[in-house]
Amino acid sequence: MSITDPRVELAQRLGISELPPVRFDSPKHVLTLLAENEYLGDDAIASVIYLADRLAKPILVEGPAGTGKTALARAVADAVAARLIRLQCYEGLDESKALYEWNYRKQLLRIQAGRSEGADSEQWGALEEDIFAEEFMLSRPLLEAITARDPVVLLIDEVDRVELETEALMLEILSEYQVSIPELGTVRARQIPMVFLTSNNTRELSEALKRRCLYLYVGYPSVERERDIILARVPGITQTLAEQIARVVRTLRSLDLKKAPSVSETLDWARTLVILGREEIGDETAAATLHILLKYQTDIERATKELLGPTKPIA
Amino acid sequence: MLNLLGEFIGELRAIGIPVSLSEHVDAARAVDVIDLADRETLRATLAATLVKDGDHLGAYSIAFDVFFAQRDSASFSVPLGEDGSGENPLAPGVGDAQGPRGGGGASGQLSAQELAELLYRALRDGDLEALRRGARDAVTRYSGMEPGRPVGGTYYLYRTLRSLELDAVEKRLLADGAGTAPGVLSQRLERDDVAQRIDRLKAEIEREIRERLVEDRGADVLAKSLRRPLPEDLDVMHANREEMAQLERALRPLSRKLAVRLARRRRRRKRGPVDLRHTVRRSLSTGGVPLDLRFKPPRPAKPEIFVIADVSGSVASFARFTLHLVHAISSQFSKVRSFVFVDGLDEVTRLFEGSDDPADAVARINAEADVIAFDGHSDYGRALAVFHDRYAQELTKRSTVLILGDARNNYHGARAEILADIRYRAKALYWLNPEPQSYWNSGDSIIDQYGPYCDRVIECRTLRQLEGFVGELS
Repeated sequence: MSITDPRVELAQRLGISELPPVRFDSPKHVLTLLAENEYLGDDAIASVIYLADRLAKPILVEGPAGTGKTALARAVADAVAARLIRLQCYEGLDESKALYEWNYRKQLLRIQAGRSEGADSEQWGALEEDIFAEEFMLSRPLLEAITARDPVVLLIDEVDRVELETEALMLEILSEYQVSIPELGTVRARQIPMVFLTSNNTRELSEALKRRCLYLYVGYPSVERERDIILARVPGITQTLAEQIARVVRTLRSLDLKKAPSVSETLDWARTLVILGREEIGDETAAATLHILLKYQTDIERATKELLGPTKPIA
Repeated sequence: MLNLLGEFIGELRAIGIPVSLSEHVDAARAVDVIDLADRETLRATLAATLVKDGDHLGAYSIAFDVFFAQRDSASFSVPLGEDGSGENPLAPGVGDAQGPRGGGGASGQLSAQELAELLYRALRDGDLEALRRGARDAVTRYSGMEPGRPVGGTYYLYRTLRSLELDAVEKRLLADGAGTAPGVLSQRLERDDVAQRIDRLKAEIEREIRERLVEDRGADVLAKSLRRPLPEDLDVMHANREEMAQLERALRPLSRKLAVRLARRRRRRKRGPVDLRHTVRRSLSTGGVPLDLRFKPPRPAKPEIFVIADVSGSVASFARFTLHLVHAISSQFSKVRSFVFVDGLDEVTRLFEGSDDPADAVARINAEADVIAFDGHSDYGRALAVFHDRYAQELTKRSTVLILGDARNNYHGARAEILADIRYRAKALYWLNPEPQSYWNSGDSIIDQYGPYCDRVIECRTLRQLEGFVGELS
């Protein structure tokens, strides 16, 4: 039983005459390309990105805050030499901020300019057609990603922040790569962009959204991967220090903290230690710099107690 | 492959992971473009297309292992690298286990000491390959697996682990590491390191046992018994320690999600009563005709909640759990008061207020609350009487009373008339029972005597049920 290539099918529907080449040859290729852009992925990440390209589907990336979800999209954009278009979601985001908006002022100017020629009904008809043209439209990130001629990667960041109803705005883009504008008709994509959605899982996303996406869960990295990440991202750090940092962070994450240290906080800590000129983490160094990793006083107290023994003073 | 995929999806649905038709199609398309010989890619591919919830990945992964353990070589033309090497030694392994356990291995098998040494070295050096081999041998040697025996995997796991004496290994590893680096911190790191390696060994052994069970009895039979429930379907009363930790982790985002949902529902309910002043003001622009009605913002409904929880041994884990949840969303209610009882009753609201860590509060409840009056067996009648005596006058028409417990009264008097009065004073009274409905009224359970006075008696065994209930509440 043969299944038609989803990319070919989609391209036909969108009316794209020549199909762009596949971006990645294999999951391994994804890993190499990401590594060149200072992002260390793992097998699951690589497989999903490879699939997203081959199936022309968006990726929904979920996981705790600060595990590199946004960085992943950025790295992929760099890897395929594409422009990153980012839509930051927030509560109250609406159509005019996400999709498109009519440039009301420009329309008004056009009408005023037309008035001097003397208005009869025929002219008005022409004018009406005129002012609802692409020229008078302000495209917002979603539309921009669709209409772009150069290669783009669309990142819809923290999609769990918008209301359930606003999610529906994105469904047409995510499944069909097109936008319907009542006055203009349907705008189809000129190419198939890669689309990333990230979510911190503060609420359940709708089934409809999940169904249209490939799902990728990005958790905290293993000690080995975290060490490699530190080595790659922090210049001038020694192997031993990186390893030690990764181990401390793992131990911290195993504690029951309000907010476990994220990868980005780990990197901040590593940079601090390098600037301070530390070769290794002793008890005192740890006690003095824990506040970079942990953001709550109760967490810091608990971590100090667990890691350094109860008798140690905090500062 | 397509048929196989269909069967696998059937298995996922049986676990409770929802898979829609379009996801099925996606998966079918996805397996078309990947290298099927690579097991990990296949795992990631199916996960990406079929499983859309991070909490479900654990259950998925086990289902995947069980389902594809045998079928790989049969269904794919290319033999699997990792699994091919893993399967060959299996056959002698299973055959070997048929003999008496003390009989040692076949030729080429390691002696007990060699095995211990191999594992120790593998753990010390973090050598995954050796670790796998050691796990394999350990299972062969110690688990005492017999073909066709309908025993669950946990039994074999227990036997293997007991014989391996991992505690001793752990001590030895720690002794090795000690002295190399001074400082409290590095010692702690070392300890965690060793613990993690041992956990990995345990996971290896578990996987090995699972694979052999599948080999022995076939994936179809086994799929059912190895099926692991999703976190939201775990039975709170029977969760083991690991599952309990999982539940607590699942609880944290849940309470946040609930709060978001409740807040949203409140906001959506926009209309309060007509705001006359505002409407008249607006009507001036239409010549005094009130075309545009204005409404007052709705009065936020802020229910007061009284939670009365049985914390006797039989339902302690459930009560703990529910107290967690109720307090996590207490920002949504103007007042939450908690009471715990066994045969006495004590208010514990202040214990929750003192700390923002629910686990801490629960520990303090266990230590400080004065809940035992006589013998430490739950006595609902007495507890209700105490509650009625001390706190009933504080119940108002805005109060919702939740009673958590299995209503197993140890043959004490029910005193249901007290409950009737509590119901009369309050706005609503719900009873959450963590026992399956079929057990109600068996033995010393007297839920039917209390039932008539409650607005509802709800079976509440899993996170899903609890979530549903709390959602309705506000």
